[in-house]
Amino acid sequence: MDIEEHFFRHEFGRIVATLTRLFGVRNFALAEDVAQDAFCRAMETWKLRGLPKNPSAWLMAIAKNRALDILRRERTARVSEPELTRFLESEWTLVPTIEEAFSTYAVKDSQLRMMFSCCHPRLSEEAQIALILHILCGFSVKEIAQAFVSSHAAIEKRITRAKKILAESAKLFDLADADFPSRLSSVLQALYLLFNEGYHGSSPEAAVRMELCQEAMLLMNLLIEQPALVTPQSYALAALMYLNAARLPTRLNGSGNLVSFFEQDRSLWNHNLIAEGQALLNLSASGTELTKYHIEAAIASMHTSTARTEDTDWKQIVSLYDMLMAIHPSPVIALNRAIAIAQLDGPERGLQEIRVIHDLHRLSSYPFYPATLGELELRRGNYPVAKAHFSTALSLARNPMERNFLQRRIDTCKESQPGS
Amino acid sequence: MTEFVYFYRGYELPASPEEMQKKTAKWMTWLKDLSDKGLVKSLGEPLQPDGKVVKGTKKQVIDGPYAEAKDVVGGYSIIVARDIEQAVEFSLGCPIFEDGGSVEVRPIGQLELSDGY
Repeated sequence: MDIEEHFFRHEFGRIVATLTRLFGVRNFALAEDVAQDAFCRAMETWKLRGLPKNPSAWLMAIAKNRALDILRRERTARVSEPELTRFLESEWTLVPTIEEAFSTYAVKDSQLRMMFSCCHPRLSEEAQIALILHILCGFSVKEIAQAFVSSHAAIEKRITRAKKILAESAKLFDLADADFPSRLSSVLQALYLLFNEGYHGSSPEAAVRMELCQEAMLLMNLLIEQPALVTPQSYALAALMYLNAARLPTRLNGSGNLVSFFEQDRSLWNHNLIAEGQALLNLSASGTELTKYHIEAAIASMHTSTARTEDTDWKQIVSLYDMLMAIHPSPVIALNRAIAIAQLDGPERGLQEIRVIHDLHRLSSYPFYPATLGELELRRGNYPVAKAHFSTALSLARNPMERNFLQRRIDTCKESQPGS
Repeated sequence: MTEFVYFYRGYELPASPEEMQKKTAKWMTWLKDLSDKGLVKSLGEPLQPDGKVVKGTKKQVIDGPYAEAKDVVGGYSIIVARDIEQAVEFSLGCPIFEDGGSVEVRPIGQLELSDGY
């Protein structure tokens, strides 16, 4: 029997969250140690004897026994979750309380609480995401540093500081708290950024890191399973993730090269994910609030519901981008809007729109800004200008996939230019 | 055919759950392969790193482990091979070497004339 992909990582997050609930956020380090210990034992045993029948239950049992030992030994000193303390103080209720904490429902609840705790208002968005990846998804500091093209030391510092702030909280986030709605939007924003990091990745190694997208979706699913946490904007973000994830398989071709949006083979899109995403988008339509997630999901849905690229309703897409710019203006969104306008009214119009983008300088290191200029110039037949833009883009490329992609565009310019 | 013990000694534990999983899978593949070929008498057991040593005429009890981390036995398996050369050859695929550990290959002392036992 093979171990399910990322099994250790996912179980680690579940166990740390559960133990933190039992020991209190203040004793987060202890929870991590106990989880680490359980995993070492699992590894030592499994590598010789193979997998047990139920690996997850096996790990949980080890963690459970260790938790029981610790709570017996250091009873009140360790515990700080007020609603659990009194049950853990008496031998009569200690064992059933721990059993209960390791039940499927309670583990999910602990993960959710952890997610909300990680999105502490005193933490920056970067720190929140790093913490979520580290605590809930079981990524090591090194793995996070790789994913975010950051130095090991920088991520380590960020996580250590974030953990300290987390440990200062007396308890894990109480879902009934009055500040619940504000935390929910930070949680959604963190998951959104996590997903985008995977989807548009700036990593030097890979342009699409499916793993980060999958992690964001797993956590998102946990959130929308919880009736109390389901809001139209949660549904909208979930829809956006599903509709984008459906298109992940075609962003890279068989040889690992980026494929232009216009050349993607739509028959390879994941139709189950599209159907799920569409259903979620419908659910998001209740209420009066219109968030950026709603609009971005609507744009994604315009693409996934159109079988052939040439049938795309660009007019509708441009108007969705207009709405997005109205509630959430950003140079990247403006650039995407300009691309849609170019599709609708031709490359000249697209270039005009790019010239008037506010804060254009913020795109100066974004390779797809010059790449877009190159693409539009190429369509106008301005091959030398297009080639120059693609060369600029190439110098900004962040990974081999982007470099290959841009090199091929440069080659296209050369081939298209008469007399060269 | 002779039975041999592999003592797995001293190696670094992987730093992340993902690496642990990869390492576990490698070990499982290696031992399963030997096992499928009928070369494994017992998959063996891991040994916990902590323990006691009782020694001397005074039967002094001291805390283990007993040597430097790199020499601590972390587990064992029993395999069957024609001779020590072959037993060594079978050990070469063990993932422990990637992590700075070693395999001690020891024939189990069966005598030819063991009928008396």
